Amino acid sequence: MDLSKIGQLRIKNETETKVFAEEVAAFADVGDVICLFGGLGAGKTNFSRSFIRSLTRPDQDVPSPTYTLVQSYEIQKQSNLIAIWHFDLYRISEELEIMELGIEDACSDGIVLIEWPENALRLLPERRLEIHFEFSQHHEERILTLRGSEQWHNLNIKNIGVF
Amino acid sequence: MTGNNNKSSSKRSNKDTMIVLGIETSCDETAASLVRSDGTILSNIISSQFDTHRPYGGVVPELAARSHVENIDTIVAKAMTAGNIKYSELKAIASTGGPGLIGGVIVGATFGKALALANNLPFLAINHLEGHALTPRLTHKVQFPYLLLLVSGGHCQLLTVKGVGNYDLLGSTIDDAVGEAFDKTAKLLGLGFPGGPALEKAALDGDKYKFNFPKPLAGRTGCDFSFSGLKTAVRYTVDSFKSITEKDQADLAASFQETVVSILKDRCANAISMFQEKNGKNKVLVVAGGVAANTQIRNGLNTLAYDHDMDFVAPPMNLCTDNAAMIAWAGVEKLKLGYRTDLDFVPRPRWPLSEL
Repeated sequence: MDLSKIGQLRIKNETETKVFAEEVAAFADVGDVICLFGGLGAGKTNFSRSFIRSLTRPDQDVPSPTYTLVQSYEIQKQSNLIAIWHFDLYRISEELEIMELGIEDACSDGIVLIEWPENALRLLPERRLEIHFEFSQHHEERILTLRGSEQWHNLNIKNIGVF
Repeated sequence: MTGNNNKSSSKRSNKDTMIVLGIETSCDETAASLVRSDGTILSNIISSQFDTHRPYGGVVPELAARSHVENIDTIVAKAMTAGNIKYSELKAIASTGGPGLIGGVIVGATFGKALALANNLPFLAINHLEGHALTPRLTHKVQFPYLLLLVSGGHCQLLTVKGVGNYDLLGSTIDDAVGEAFDKTAKLLGLGFPGGPALEKAALDGDKYKFNFPKPLAGRTGCDFSFSGLKTAVRYTVDSFKSITEKDQADLAASFQETVVSILKDRCANAISMFQEKNGKNKVLVVAGGVAANTQIRNGLNTLAYDHDMDFVAPPMNLCTDNAAMIAWAGVEKLKLGYRTDLDFVPRPRWPLSEL
């Protein structure tokens, strides 16, 4: 499945990652799935932490889900209780095991963040945003490539270092 | 595993000697254990004991809750048989109630509740971190208060243990836990995942001063930790090599490990000052959790404790990594104080010690 390219960002440091994550969080709604691609240390967990804190509270404890595989959080949006699911599929390769984590249910009734989503792509809905994190020559800088289904093309990233 | 069969048949005359069954399912392993209130471990069973294909017992994941469901009745039955104990001889059932892999926790907690109900016994939901925190009282009879460094794959925190259910958090990681940093650095070095033990082994032949990695937060006040930047720094160094030799691997591993030891010592030194200000000298520094297996870390902390007039305690390896004896023991401690958990307890994927 090809998701069309939305754009590329140059993120200078953790502060800019936070601004970007907050922008994506403000745009996300129930049924949205955000896939985070990139190697070790590329900034996926950092993005997730800022994303979840901006929707819950600034001091929310956001442990890495590498060992627990998934963590969930609840937020009140209008009169509805919405779950945010934070998956880390680093340790899982079998689709069956990924299904057993409840990823399909999560995608249908929550907001879902997935680190290391490579092995789950066939299970995921077409409605999703993909963020590919890459290192640049400059130490803290990251190049982010965004691909997504139609509605994600309305995400406002103009002020966050598009090039 | 130690403690499987010792003293199992001796019927104690003291009727107040309590035996608690502990069940641990919050991580990859299914585990069950019987512990008596005098600190005797009657049995201590963990699922990896029965899988001969595992290169490092206890660290290869069984990922889904399904494997806990498949294992749990066998593992509990083995623990009961190995301890030669009948359900009628138990005083309580204790299960991990979080934090951890939620599917696994639900399996263990539900199983424990059902056993408690069926045998008309009290049920105790135990915080996994509290299990680690109270282990030095099981193994070394350490008295309150003591200073605890809890280091594992998912956790990295410094606590004053003031009593059962009474913890002061002095500091914790603001990003990765130290075990995760070990595992992911090992992966970057091509040593596989999970790679804590592999990295320690590779470091034996390396030059620990070859690479100068950053020590995030070191030298600052307080006791928080940060390891994310260290992981990224190793990555940049690895990427700067055209190809990586075994010697490079060893030097990188040794330098990384030295950096971690130095960060832990720096943060612990601050914690010791804070602890001693309130509690005085001649108390105990304890390291617990899976990362406490690392010899360099143990040695570094031992020296630090000595320099600050503290005793140093590290529980034996099989009680540092995840196990059910610590859950049973926490159950013993709580039962003595009259705690009970209602059967409508809901397992918690995140459950900080400050919220007991």
